[in-house]
Amino acid sequence: MSADLDQLENQSIYILREAYNRIDKLAMLWSIGKDSNALLWLCRKAFFGRIPFPVVQLDTAMELPEVYEFRDRITKEWNLDLKVEQCPPEEEMDQTLPPLTRAAARKTEGLKNLLRDHAYQGVMVGIRRDEQATRAKERVFSPRSLEGDWDVKDQPAEFWDHYKTRFPEGVHVRIHPLLAWTELDIWRYSQREGIPIVPLYFARDGKRYRSLGEKNITFPVDSNASTIDEIIAELQVTRIPERAGRAMDNESEDSFERLRSVGYM
Amino acid sequence: MPHSQLRIVIVGHVDHGKSTLIGRLLNDTGSLPDGKVEQVREMSRKRGMPFEWAFVMDALQAERDQGITIDTTQIHFKTKQRPYVIIDAPGHTEFLKNMVTGASQADAALLVIDADEGALEQSRRHAFLLHLLGVRQVAVVVNKMDKVEFSSRRYEAVAQEIKDYLAELGLQPKAVIPVSARNGDNIVSRSEQSDWYLGPTVIEQLDAFRPQQTSPDQPLRFPLQDVYKPDDRRILAGRIESGRLRVGDTLHFSPTGASAKVVSIEAWNHPETVLSAQAGQSIGITLDKRIFAERGHIAHHQADAPTLAHRLSVRLFWLVSDPLVVGKTYTLKIATGEHRVTVEQVTAVIDVEDLSSTPGKAVRRNEVAEVVLRSRSPIALDLASDLPRTGRGALIDGNDVVGGCLVVEIEDAAAANITEVSHTVSLEERAQANGHKGGIVWLTGLSGAGKSTLAMALERALFDRGWQTFVLDGDNVRNGLNAGLGFSSDDRAENIRRVAETAKLFADAGMVVIASLISPLKSDRARARVIGGERFHEVHVAADLATCEERDPKGLYKKARAGEIAEFTGISAPYEAPDQPELVIDTDALSRSEALAQLLDYVDETLGKNSLKSEKELTYVI
Repeated sequence: MSADLDQLENQSIYILREAYNRIDKLAMLWSIGKDSNALLWLCRKAFFGRIPFPVVQLDTAMELPEVYEFRDRITKEWNLDLKVEQCPPEEEMDQTLPPLTRAAARKTEGLKNLLRDHAYQGVMVGIRRDEQATRAKERVFSPRSLEGDWDVKDQPAEFWDHYKTRFPEGVHVRIHPLLAWTELDIWRYSQREGIPIVPLYFARDGKRYRSLGEKNITFPVDSNASTIDEIIAELQVTRIPERAGRAMDNESEDSFERLRSVGYM
Repeated sequence: MPHSQLRIVIVGHVDHGKSTLIGRLLNDTGSLPDGKVEQVREMSRKRGMPFEWAFVMDALQAERDQGITIDTTQIHFKTKQRPYVIIDAPGHTEFLKNMVTGASQADAALLVIDADEGALEQSRRHAFLLHLLGVRQVAVVVNKMDKVEFSSRRYEAVAQEIKDYLAELGLQPKAVIPVSARNGDNIVSRSEQSDWYLGPTVIEQLDAFRPQQTSPDQPLRFPLQDVYKPDDRRILAGRIESGRLRVGDTLHFSPTGASAKVVSIEAWNHPETVLSAQAGQSIGITLDKRIFAERGHIAHHQADAPTLAHRLSVRLFWLVSDPLVVGKTYTLKIATGEHRVTVEQVTAVIDVEDLSSTPGKAVRRNEVAEVVLRSRSPIALDLASDLPRTGRGALIDGNDVVGGCLVVEIEDAAAANITEVSHTVSLEERAQANGHKGGIVWLTGLSGAGKSTLAMALERALFDRGWQTFVLDGDNVRNGLNAGLGFSSDDRAENIRRVAETAKLFADAGMVVIASLISPLKSDRARARVIGGERFHEVHVAADLATCEERDPKGLYKKARAGEIAEFTGISAPYEAPDQPELVIDTDALSRSEALAQLLDYVDETLGKNSLKSEKELTYVI
């Protein structure tokens, strides 16, 4: 029984195709986590096996080794046009941000450099509304100023699948094909489709990563779920938020909102 | 495994308690993550504010500071029966754009009304928009019953008022539920304070809603999103908006009129062959022949075609401060098609308070109106009441989506409201007077094949014999009649349509019109033939590409090879030779005078004196 997964899949493919048709220069951000892996899979479905745009990793050199191994294997197997963008160091970040939030901000700066250097007009991002309260307010096609600012108070109207796809010079758009998915949906879909997963998500010695980020700011949570079935069973009863292992989210009341308003994914 | 999730939008006037209701729903169904309530208590304490359930929802700093919802947000929760997505839509007028964004995604709606204040203007506007957006399942929540001591009389008064209003829109609420969101009365469990109320709780009502379903039994509408060529396949990609299609079906495409058979439904990583697909599915198909088809065209079955319209009435909601005004041109997007439309008339601006309406010249921000739009090229569409997905659209001005609309009336282009004036001079009289019939000699072929040379020579020869004749040359019309058209595929098709219509008028006037246009696509020429009827004569001026390129009279091939001209016929764009032209003139093999002689013979035979002999027996279709 997965009519709901079919519906999500069809909608995401529709969004991917709209983006590819309407936006001239497009790239996809690949964090190598479970969501962006599912997004890559959906791209292959939408475009019949070939991903017609580059896939970009914003690299802080702080990912766990399993992540890099997975990246290199999949890049080869799926014949991806991978670009690795090195993020600037933490010392260059806004020093008024709390320290852990500052570490996360490196990705925002890496993204800005990427956009500036390659003049991408659109980037696909695998964020979901259920991950975090400010992401719950996102549009599917979400415009950003050149500096990456997100004007949450004046977002474009978006009704009946009519997305805003025209932008003035200097604006880029984030496209979010997975907004309507939940964490549980992603796992059920990964299981159904047999999508490869970084092994860090599976429990070892009573701990697993539920949300995968850099090693300095993400921590495994208590869990014995060592297969996708067990992860699905765990998610159906847990009341622990997905990003509990993300240190920066809990640093101050608005750290995530501050990050996002200046361009964090 | 979970059931399909249901999307619920919560709408209503500002401060009537939408966010509080949602906070309460999340808490009372055990859907909040651990620590959330404590976090909100701490946040409220820091601000020196009383604890509010609404803070559970409002994610933005400004929302918590001002105690209002700024943008629509979506939150997941589940009951025992199924998972839900709750869409919180802002009540403030200035955020109507966000309310519409949220509400258009919903399967069902809760309209929240303050028991003390009743249905204020914003509640009515939201109800109206829900109706317009196509949300048919609505329940009303009469909130803050604690403020009116759970008075059943007050409840009845508010309930009656909103029921009457909804009835006028053709909506009947599934329930009108008295609640106190702050205290949790009648949300998850029944309240002892309203023993007079026998209807469902909010949760019971949510579980009684049904997901919106698309029926595969409706007429097929498959609007194209894109055409992919991943290898030697040419895949037409898009989402089926209604109906179903199967491998082997003959599909017709609007507005071109092209048709072809479905050879395959392509699917990646799918073990079995896909033989059919239906509404809601994003698919790709291949066809048995190469037709001109692109984004915006709608595939359908022959029996149930969409209407082709130049003029339509829409019910519209306007979202931006620049008003919609009569005479202004916007882009109308329906499914994936985009069309330039001009506002011809504002038939009615609707007062959402009492639903009265008055004609006007403009539609202002947040107003609802009925408007007549006129388009240059025919738009394939349906009435929203028949097929919502190809009967509703968005209006775009510049870069922005500025309004939404439902098609409520269509003037069929084929049966347009034009009464043709019958001429006092008949075709036969003209033919007798001229000594030849009127007709269209349509010369098609590659650039450099010799069309213009032949056209001019034929015009000269016919004129010298005393014939009424004129050349419509592709390049020449583009300087005048079609000066406003560019070289997009839409504009090229429109260029050809207009030349065909003009040629038809000349032919009606008794003249021999020589149209000289590359007209590379069969579908465009087929349309010209429909316009010209039996007086249309297709002549293929045929020459090898290599020969044409060598001749290159305008130096265009050289530019095209250098990449300076995109989409040049023969080089980077296809030329579809006619299957059954009335005449083929091979300019590779024939000299200029031989080619002209052949053409003259044909024209003589079909339009000249000999053809007039049987004139009386012919029935003309005008």
